[in-house]
Formats: sequence, structure tokens, C-alpha cells
Amino acid sequence: MIAADALVAQNIAFGLIAAVMIFGALRVVTSKNVVHAALWLVCVLAGAAAQYLLVYAEFVAVTQVLVYVGAVMVLFLFGVMLTRARIGRETDLNNNRSWIGIPVALVLFVAMSIALINGFEDDKLPGPGEAQRIDTRLISDRIFSPYLLPFWALSFVLLIAVIGAIVLARKD
Amino acid sequence: MLINQFLILGAILFCIGVYGVIARKNAVLVLMSIELILNSVNLNLLAFALRNNDPDGHVFALYVLAIAAAEVGVGLGLVLLIYRNKRTIALDELSEMKG
Repeated sequence: MIAADALVAQNIAFGLIAAVMIFGALRVVTSKNVVHAALWLVCVLAGAAAQYLLVYAEFVAVTQVLVYVGAVMVLFLFGVMLTRARIGRETDLNNNRSWIGIPVALVLFVAMSIALINGFEDDKLPGPGEAQRIDTRLISDRIFSPYLLPFWALSFVLLIAVIGAIVLARKD
Repeated sequence: MLINQFLILGAILFCIGVYGVIARKNAVLVLMSIELILNSVNLNLLAFALRNNDPDGHVFALYVLAIAAAEVGVGLGLVLLIYRNKRTIALDELSEMKG
């Protein structure tokens, strides 16, 4: 009984957060103001972190908040500041033929949703208490034994990205 | 919860991101749309991790997060350099490669 109640609560939470995320994503791609678009993006990314909690991925959710909401957004706001976008409404943020994006996105969405609905009809995710919890210890066991080489490669990618960003943005 | 809830939410965010990449002219806004796309992929990876009860999905989601952070750093460095050389970040004015 408690599990059923928790399931209802999970579904309601999913619906609310999904609605906020979709509205925020639409505002990101339609907003006339660069700073507002960045702030709506914060909303979408925080919603994504909440969805990660609903699929029992606590570690990834916390990392999402730290990396995206903390670091990446500061980078974006610095980017907006350094390229001296006007703080306020702008008229020419879109391409002249931006309507082409609408049919492309719609066709893509219809194709993907047909594939998903046919493929997974109404497969259920393991509900509360049924799933074996994937905790941080298990994730680190995977990262530091079978996926150690990709992890090293990733460290080098990050290092090179940092150095590259400094070299690109340096004034001389 | 159905797995399709999460997968279709991911598909919607992906399509909105694709629309943003096509429709936007400002380079910073294009980078933001790319972030939307990367996040929708993460949502799929984590939903499948729960469905198959496999921590590998979490590992790859963390890798996607790290790659996205590196991409934003380099991307904004490039945008800054373009702004410094051309005084604009409107992508349709960067047409030197056109023959």
C-alpha cells in the first residue's frame, strides 16, 4: 500500500517537473533575451536533476547540480557578458529562415516517439522498493575497474579543454 | 512509472534542442541548445540504467556530464575569439568558408 502511494507521488512529481522542463526548454529556444534564456536553462537543468532523483540516480543528480547549475551556468553568463550582448530584448537572435527548424524538430519527434511507443509499449520501471539500489560505491567500482581507461582519457580531455580554452581566450 | 515517460520526455527535450540549434543565430544560444540535447541523452541513459539494473548507465551519464563541461569551456573560448576578431557572434555572418 505504501509502495502504491509512493508510485502515485512519483508520477505526480514526474508530471509537474516534466511540464516545467518542457516550458523552460521552449523559453530557452524562443526567448528574446539572452540572459533570460540562460536563466530558463538553469530551470531545465535543475528539473533534469530532479528527474534523475526519480530514477534513483542520486550521485548523478548531485553532480548535475554542481557541474551544470554551478559551473556551466557561470561560464554561460560570462560568455554573455564578454561578448557584450545587450542586457535586454534583442530582435535578431534568430536566423532569417528559422521556421525551417519547426518541421525538422516535429518530424524528428514523431519518428522517435513512434519508435519508442512501438518498442517499449508499457514496460514498467522497477517501482520503489523493487529496484536494487545503484549506489555511489557501485558506480565507483565500475569507473575504477572496467572503465578505468576511458576515465583516464576523459581526464586528459578535460585537461586539454582547460588548456585550450586558456590559449584561445588569452589576449596577446 | 513507465519507461516511456522518461524516454519521451528525453525525445521532447532533444527535439527542442535541435530546433534551437537550427533556428538560433547567436552562438551562445546555440551552445545552450546543445546543452539541452546532452541532457536529454543523460535522461535516457539513467532510465535504462534503472530498467536493466545496471550501474554502467550512471557511469556513462557521468562521462557525458564531463564531456559537456569541456565542450562548453572550449566552445565559449571559440565564441570569445570570434567576437574579438569579428565584433559579432551572429553565426550567419561567418561565411568566409563559402566558395
